[in-house]
Amino acid sequence: MDNKTAAVTMRNITKRFGPVLANDKVWLDIYRGEILALLGENGSGKTTLMNMLSGIYFPDEGEIAIDGREVVIRSPKDAFDLGIGMIHQHFKLVDVLTAAENIVLGLPGKLDLKAAAKKIRDICDAYGFEVDPDQKIYDMSVSQKQTVEIVKVLYRGADILILDEPTAVLTPQETDKLFAVLRNMRDDGKAIVIITHKMHEVEALSDRVAILRHGQFIGDMLTSMTNAQEMTNMMVGHAVTLNIDRPEPVDPKPRIEVKGLTVRSLDGILKLDDVSFTANSGEILGIAGISGCGQKELLEAIAGLQPVENGSISYIEDDGSREELIGKDPLAIQQMGVSLSFVPEDRLGMGLVANMDLSDNMMLRSFRRGHSMFTDRKTPRQLALDVVEELDVVTPGVSTPVRRLSGGNVQKVLVGREIASAPTVLLTAYAVRGLDINSSYTIYELINKQKAAGVAVIYVGEDLDVLLELADRILVLCGGKVSGIVPGRGANKRDVGMMMTKLGGNSHE
Amino acid sequence: MFDFISFIPRAVMQGMPLLFGSTGETLTEKSGNLNLGIPGIMYVGAICGVIGAFFYEQSAGGNLNGFLAVAIPLCCSLLGSLFMGLLYCFLTVTLRANQNVTGLALTTFGVGFGNFFGGSLIKLSGSAVPAIVLSGTSAYFRKTLPGAGSGAFGKLFLSYGFLAYTAVIVSLAAAWVLRRTRVGLHLRAVGESPNTADAAGINVSRYKYVSTCVGSMIAGLGGLYYIMDYTSGIWSSDAFGDRGWLAIALVIFTVWRPNVGVLASILFGGLYILHMYIPSGMNLAVKELYKMIPYVVTIVVLVLTSMRNKRENQPPASLGLAYFREER
Repeated sequence: MDNKTAAVTMRNITKRFGPVLANDKVWLDIYRGEILALLGENGSGKTTLMNMLSGIYFPDEGEIAIDGREVVIRSPKDAFDLGIGMIHQHFKLVDVLTAAENIVLGLPGKLDLKAAAKKIRDICDAYGFEVDPDQKIYDMSVSQKQTVEIVKVLYRGADILILDEPTAVLTPQETDKLFAVLRNMRDDGKAIVIITHKMHEVEALSDRVAILRHGQFIGDMLTSMTNAQEMTNMMVGHAVTLNIDRPEPVDPKPRIEVKGLTVRSLDGILKLDDVSFTANSGEILGIAGISGCGQKELLEAIAGLQPVENGSISYIEDDGSREELIGKDPLAIQQMGVSLSFVPEDRLGMGLVANMDLSDNMMLRSFRRGHSMFTDRKTPRQLALDVVEELDVVTPGVSTPVRRLSGGNVQKVLVGREIASAPTVLLTAYAVRGLDINSSYTIYELINKQKAAGVAVIYVGEDLDVLLELADRILVLCGGKVSGIVPGRGANKRDVGMMMTKLGGNSHE
Repeated sequence: MFDFISFIPRAVMQGMPLLFGSTGETLTEKSGNLNLGIPGIMYVGAICGVIGAFFYEQSAGGNLNGFLAVAIPLCCSLLGSLFMGLLYCFLTVTLRANQNVTGLALTTFGVGFGNFFGGSLIKLSGSAVPAIVLSGTSAYFRKTLPGAGSGAFGKLFLSYGFLAYTAVIVSLAAAWVLRRTRVGLHLRAVGESPNTADAAGINVSRYKYVSTCVGSMIAGLGGLYYIMDYTSGIWSSDAFGDRGWLAIALVIFTVWRPNVGVLASILFGGLYILHMYIPSGMNLAVKELYKMIPYVVTIVVLVLTSMRNKRENQPPASLGLAYFREER
């Protein structure tokens, strides 16, 4: 490593947000021809640090040097001029514009989209991207949008690329493709920084890792010299176990039986096509699939929020008596013990009201109880206090509006509330979306506790590795159809990945 | 037989104030600012022009200089509406006040401002009728192109004052800027997703300020045109009516395309005065129904564009929202 010059050196970087110290005297070196993985828990200051490099924030203290020359980065434009490009977790693209228009956005000079399109094609050819410059963003899949983002920074001549959780929304196949491209760019001599929570990606892709904890720089090392356990310990600050528990199901009995379920969206697009399965009590049924393959519609159909075209959903009591859920009011379904906690991409869209505080959000589930005309505010407040206590929610208090909490804490509040209603069926989607390792494990434990209590858990997840470790059975959806149901024990990631992209997977090979 | 040769020039003259208003409002809305103050701004643009013209006519006595007679009202009108645009921007962009409330307040203010100073001028002039007559100035604004009187072509295309042609040129230029230039691309990005624009290094506040102020100035010219050309320089209280709202309806009707506005404004102008050309006898209620037509057409267009659900025909995505970089 001695023969390489540091492309970026950050020294003593400190950033405060009010009383919160987001970065505390951080040192970081980024080298060309190397992929650096930046690790840390939620709120450890990774994104803040990178935002200072890309000109979104301005550091309170410290120096940044590019190729040994000290620089001041005041705006995203300054960062572009220095060859720094950042791909944000939430894409910064304008939906109604084309790929080419988005790529040239903010650049000076005369607008010449034809020349731009040619340059975009050249970049795509050089690195193996596929981008149609004239395609509108709203017509694109998530991975296409991400490609546009990457081309955008390359178009500006960036040779220092920062990617903030780029794989959070990709399928395993798309992730592999992205990694191949990143390796290509590394071999081309570019400096690449990737922020991620997924350990196996760090091990597969990066050359070096740097670890932050509570805004402080803990250390960096070559990836080949370390392992997931050591990195996690450094991130968390104490030893943690990395295995997800999967106790044997206790006395599984059919609880929800879905038969021939067909759902069409309002525009008449087939979202679920003849889906049949059984969810047992005391068991976790994992649902895998590329995002938008009907997971949301499936959960909503069970919760009574989605009009169903065809099929039946039966709720089976312990004594074997059946009740049909279709046509029932969502409230009635909820009172039967079916509870839905859906964490959408923006984390707040369903289930929580951003501007209301924690106890009021708890009340959303309970305000109908009681007989007087006044609502009971004490019980929800107590529940909020319990959830904060039990799940380590970081908040100034239970009267803080939910939108002020960080993403991970919002999710804990949502999942905590749903579990507190003592459901018999727990529907949960993307419960750990964007959560760091420690919080994720808290959620897995919670779900396992529910399973042990005999709850039928339907868990929609995006991280296949976790699904494979957590679920007792995995139902794979592909384009709204059931591609297969495999036992969680002994399932193979590659096979499940294939089933996600192709009905039935590649069983012939 | 319906008299098109006399109807169409009237429709055009009725349409031009709407075209100014809608072009200005389209530019404003493209930056994400929903300026409902446009009706008030058009009043202010009109009365400021009237004030300028009134004092110039007073001081010049009988012999007006052609250039000054046009330039003074024009500058006064532009300054007045620029002030309104700046006020709107200061409140909504800098202080991030609610855009709807601010806009409605500016409309109320603008109409009152117009009527108050209009009333003052009427007092100053000591006229017997409650109106200001600026026929001297108006004559310069109404100067038509040569050949206006002769034949159908002249009547249809050449018989307007210079501001009418300005309206068409401005709206075509606005469409070109939005569609073809980098400034237009940046402006559209600001209105659609200020976050993205900001991250791309575009100064969001500056774009919002400039487009809203330029938009206000264009809209203000609509008021000036109406008084100096359409009514031949006669100002009376509430003369401008509800045309400002019609201009905002026109923005929706044209699905945010100023070039479509050229023909659409003439259509609206025609619909607006249709009741005068339809024989309805003594039944005045029917006339009122005819006056509703432009609004009904706008509602129909809204329904149609919503049903077709084409993303390009939707309002700018962040329309009506204040932008604050560090909001989470």
